Amino acid sequence: MSKADTADEGAALSWQSKQRRVVTVYVPLICFVIILLFPFYWMTITAIKPNAEMFDYKTYSPFWVVSPTLANINKLLFETSYPRWLFNTMLIAVCATVISLVASVLAAYAIQRLRFKGSAYVGLAIYIAYLVPPSILFIPLASMVFKLGLFDSPFALILTYPTFLIPFCTWLLIGYFKSIPYELEECALIDGASRLQILRRITLPLAVPGLISAGIFSFTLSWNEFIYALAFISSSENKTVPVAILTELVQGDVYQWGSLMAGSLLGSLPVAIFYSFFVDYYVSSLTGAVKE
Amino acid sequence: MATVDIRDVRKNFGSTAILHGVSVGIEDGEFVVLVGPSGCGKSTLLRMIAGLENITGGQVSIGDRVVNDVPPKDRDIAMVFQNYALYPHMTVRDNMAFSMTLAKAPKEVIETEVTRAARILGLEKLLDRFPRQLSGGQRQRVAMGRAIVRHPQVFLFDEPLSNLDAKLRVQMRAEIKDLHQRLKTTTIYVTHDQIEAMTMADKIVVMHGGHVEQIGAPLELYDRPANAFVAGFIGSPAMNLLPGTVQGGAFQPDGGGARWPLPAGAQATEGLRVTYGFRPEHLRLAPDGLPLTITLIEPTGSETQVTGRSGEALVVGAFRERITARVGEAIHVLPDTAQAHLFHGETGKRLNA
Ligand SMILES: Nc1ncnc2c1ncn2[C@@H]1O[C@H](COP(=O)(O)OP(=O)(O)OP(=O)(O)O)[C@@H](O)[C@H]1O
Ligand SMILES: [Mg+2]
Repeated sequence: MSKADTADEGAALSWQSKQRRVVTVYVPLICFVIILLFPFYWMTITAIKPNAEMFDYKTYSPFWVVSPTLANINKLLFETSYPRWLFNTMLIAVCATVISLVASVLAAYAIQRLRFKGSAYVGLAIYIAYLVPPSILFIPLASMVFKLGLFDSPFALILTYPTFLIPFCTWLLIGYFKSIPYELEECALIDGASRLQILRRITLPLAVPGLISAGIFSFTLSWNEFIYALAFISSSENKTVPVAILTELVQGDVYQWGSLMAGSLLGSLPVAIFYSFFVDYYVSSLTGAVKE
Repeated sequence: MATVDIRDVRKNFGSTAILHGVSVGIEDGEFVVLVGPSGCGKSTLLRMIAGLENITGGQVSIGDRVVNDVPPKDRDIAMVFQNYALYPHMTVRDNMAFSMTLAKAPKEVIETEVTRAARILGLEKLLDRFPRQLSGGQRQRVAMGRAIVRHPQVFLFDEPLSNLDAKLRVQMRAEIKDLHQRLKTTTIYVTHDQIEAMTMADKIVVMHGGHVEQIGAPLELYDRPANAFVAGFIGSPAMNLLPGTVQGGAFQPDGGGARWPLPAGAQATEGLRVTYGFRPEHLRLAPDGLPLTITLIEPTGSETQVTGRSGEALVVGAFRERITARVGEAIHVLPDTAQAHLFHGETGKRLNA
């Protein structure tokens, strides 16, 4: 009797825990996924919708597309300077990322490993610099950009993006360098390596996950950046994707929804691809996973 | 191969003094073990010899060159770290070859040296593995291999065995000693394990609180410890050290109980506070001896360890005879006065010759 009781209880418990799992894990997870992916879905179907379907909610469901078309994408690629904008964005993002990474590696290494006088304060100061909002920083930056004659050139952005990229990357890399045993460097020092050799042959190879996450971070931020790109670039052929689709594809109060969405979609693809390659590294380095 | 001379070396971290004037002379080809409790400054001293810490005061020479201001790579030393510090992203071969690659040695030389070291350490089959694919003992060997390939003047080891299990530790102990006998390279070895020190060293340096307590051959330290600290630190089971006073030409332990005969040649005035020391194996059964109330009996087969109380004092004895008495009963014992020690109560200095 009592045996049967406990068996029942066990079954009840397992049923409960299964149910609980569904309620606490899967339902919220599914909600998140739907909420997060819905804009992408909307973007995609709008990009391939013919105009007739887009504006006629009565006859066509807004959540579905009946006769998909490539007209919007075609128009975007061949009737606007979209390829040019994409190239600008790519160029600026890559250059800003490279500059930021090189600067941050050197800064982080110096702060974490050389331990010069006041290195802790320098580290703190760099981090505080990251907390200054770009919308405040862009006023002094604008006057510098004008003085240097960089206005409306890609350099205006390539040189200003590092102002917010370097602090974060440095901070991230300091944490990453910290997780690499100092003994390795001491050992290399005895083995006869110079500081730069240690950095190049020991520390950097071990910090690859950290470098990748700093790289992803810089690349995405530069890719999506809006305020500086809007303020420092005026001519159409120098614009970046986020600014261009908003300023060039909205004519007066006419929103070319199809091309707009196609532009956003194509614009977010490179970042998504970039992420999907390195997402494991990104997570592991942000959570400070130390490896042997 | 070279001598190492450490003369009145001091180290401060900020305003805290860690080493207060350490002097050790090391002969060419000698195996010297620095031993002492945790935090006594052994690693700090070793790292100063390696050039990883700067020297606050005093002088370190390797061979006949003062190396105080010589960077680590020019000191011609090799160091094995406690966690081995193998480069995780390099194979065993590359780990061992790293120093030679940096020195731009020719490929054939690197190949011969790595092969030689691998053969000495039995690592031939593991050369293309990464450190994460090795066991603790194998990593340990790779770390040594990395040291060997450089033919350094001096080997430095910082607790290289402390991450291994007990059995492997005994095995690696023998291997390191064997290696030293083959290569005859001057070696400085840090450990906090006195058994490691006793079994491996030509010469032991006992350190405590940033001072050298005694320097000598293992058995010298065992037989004639210079002070109460060394007496208590060297030897297992530990020496009995009883605090008390000299009274009527004998030793009176604190808390009463029978008086113990003074060690042979002890120079102690009446009433002096002293510490009386003797090793467990130097206690023998004697019908006319001091009564010892047994609190614990531990037979190991070859001998029997007995813990007992004489007055307030707890005393450990190790006897070859089988003990038939039980816990709570008394046996009568006497220390071998030729092997007993007397230390000054305050300074801890040895009082008998
Ligand atoms: N970088 C440092 N800054 C300040 N104090 C330090 C530093 N390195 C070591 N110390 C101090 O110096 C003392 C000696 O340290 P050391 O590492 O030499 O001890 P040890 O004898 O090797 O001990 P263990 O057996 O635990 O390794 C310790 O009290 C330690 O706190
Ligand atoms: Mg240590």
